[in-house]
Amino acid sequence: MTGAAILHDLIFDYTLRNVALGSALLGIVSGILGAFAVLRRQGLLGDTLSHAALPGICLAFLLTGARAPLPLLIGAGIAGWIGTLLLLNTVRETKLSEDTMLGVVLSTFYGLGIVLLTYIQRRNDASQAGLDKFLFGQAAALVRSNVETFAVLGGMALLAVVLLYKEFKLLSFDPEFAASIGFPTRGLNVALTSLLVVAVMIGLQTVGVVLMAAMVIGPGTAARQWTDRLSVMLLLSALIGAAAGVTGAVLSVQDAALPTGPMIILSLTAMVIFSILFAPRHGLLPEWRQRRRQRRELVAPPLPGESLRMTGGRP
Amino acid sequence: MNSATVILLTGVMCAAACSMLGTFLVLRRMAMMADAISHAILPGLVFGYWLSNSSNLITGAIGATLAALLTVSLVEALSRTRRADAGAAMGIIFPAMFALGVVLVSRFFANVHLDADAILMGNIEFSVFDRLFIGEQDYGPLSLWIMGTLLAINSIFLLLFYKELKLSTFDPALAAALGFSPVVIQYALMTVVSVTTVGAFTAVGAILVIALIIVPAATAYLLTDSLPKMTVLSVVIGAGSAALGYGFARWQDLSVSGSMAAATGVLFLLALLLSPSQGAITRLRRRERNARRFAVDLLVVHLLTHEATDAEATESTIGHVNAALRWSPEDARATIRRARDQGLIEQYAEHLALTPRGYQVAQDLAQARG
Repeated sequence: MTGAAILHDLIFDYTLRNVALGSALLGIVSGILGAFAVLRRQGLLGDTLSHAALPGICLAFLLTGARAPLPLLIGAGIAGWIGTLLLLNTVRETKLSEDTMLGVVLSTFYGLGIVLLTYIQRRNDASQAGLDKFLFGQAAALVRSNVETFAVLGGMALLAVVLLYKEFKLLSFDPEFAASIGFPTRGLNVALTSLLVVAVMIGLQTVGVVLMAAMVIGPGTAARQWTDRLSVMLLLSALIGAAAGVTGAVLSVQDAALPTGPMIILSLTAMVIFSILFAPRHGLLPEWRQRRRQRRELVAPPLPGESLRMTGGRP
Repeated sequence: MNSATVILLTGVMCAAACSMLGTFLVLRRMAMMADAISHAILPGLVFGYWLSNSSNLITGAIGATLAALLTVSLVEALSRTRRADAGAAMGIIFPAMFALGVVLVSRFFANVHLDADAILMGNIEFSVFDRLFIGEQDYGPLSLWIMGTLLAINSIFLLLFYKELKLSTFDPALAAALGFSPVVIQYALMTVVSVTTVGAFTAVGAILVIALIIVPAATAYLLTDSLPKMTVLSVVIGAGSAALGYGFARWQDLSVSGSMAAATGVLFLLALLLSPSQGAITRLRRRERNARRFAVDLLVVHLLTHEATDAEATESTIGHVNAALRWSPEDARATIRRARDQGLIEQYAEHLALTPRGYQVAQDLAQARG
């Protein structure tokens, strides 16, 4: 397929357009919120939040009996949020470390979700079909109403980031200083994590529980290699997330056997690896080059005569 | 052996084998490595099946173990470049591995039986049907043999290398100085975790493996500070959760692996509330006790300040104490009663006065606080 044909399909093919738009929206929202997670060294928070959402999805389904995405997403959000609060509070109040609590919340909430899922399945409810799609995402099945929901949810989250930009920036780089000048760091912490929950809500339907971890942390990690400015990093992160979403969608359309969610993640991984290797200044390759140059300069120091000449004859 | 016993034994042995390792993962702050490993084995499993052209358990397990070790090395390598911290490195590597696995399955093995649900949830319910055959001889349920082997490997590993694990966990620098490389021990531990994850997840699924490795150890850590006690407690809690979860699942006809994971969560929550040193209730009671003691201290110091001054007559009445210290009438009444019970003050109608002992206490406090 030529580039022109792909572009044509992206704009005029109903299915591909929705899949690509939905994936791109996910990339933008999780890219921007994930960038803060990268800076705050919360690489696996997205993973835990997405697993913790499962019981919420099941409970929302049990309570409303609806298959409409919005109530299920709200259920997911609430469960993820409860998991977050449990995590933050326990890490603050007990000796358990953050990574232990990430694992505890992830696995126990998910286990509860599986229990509820089997309870729903046991009721032989015909309309339950599709709930387990959240496990692996169903990007290929995104329709217009999904994309609209994503746009509204993501728009609200990004608006909150714009309004609280200064606060989040300080929280990410110097939380102690932020607390000392009277910022409500605990509240801001909860706010930033809750916004990440919104990104996870969008991601569950697109790439699923397992792959969401990379969707949160990948774009920010790639963007971090190219710049030292937060504003540039956020924009780049959104761009990389969106590019990964569209690339994955286009790739999976070429071949029916290629699932969309995993293709998005593999495209994203390729972008992360490229950035880590080749980004100017922060990349590994520029660093190796520089080190090799320095080593060459070190093994060939100026001859004694030359150095004397450089100092004008004086020893 | 009937099927219920087989499933219960499989779960309990699996839990014991997993939670035994969890202690060290929790203490080394590497709990999430179990999560990364359990997801990242998928492509290895697929590759192993492809090599043997069937769902052959042995090639699958070898492929999965290699994939797990590859993941551990990739995460180490990526975090060593300092372009991503350990958490971010895991968050990038294991979804990539999992995505690769899913693509491989749907691209090349659409007809091979590799149920994604089974990978994430396990099917311990079917552990009865797979039996170990050597030649024609039936040696009983395969899952019991697998879990028994894991239990033996992990117990021997911990017993043989307990000292090394302990030292490299708490003081890696000293361990290196004494001549056993923390890196070697790290990889040995990760190998054992990988083998355990691979062996356990065919029976109980990727998520339950994480729950059984991390949660019992975290629960035990809330209850004790001693490493041997924590290890034993972790195994007991793990096995107990497996039994509890199985009972509940059978009673309500729900997913066995899911309710085992949920049971570890329930025990964790209990410890979080009731732990003698870390529990929420303990902390709350300690905070209240401190607040009450502080209120009594405040009262006696207030009385001391105004004792034998002109203002004493007005400052030392109950009504004025309330206003000056900004207490509600109930709080004030409770505090005055407490101070009186401790023999620190006496009350004449509305007037409060320090007893000799109260005077002494108040003076000590005033001096201590400058």
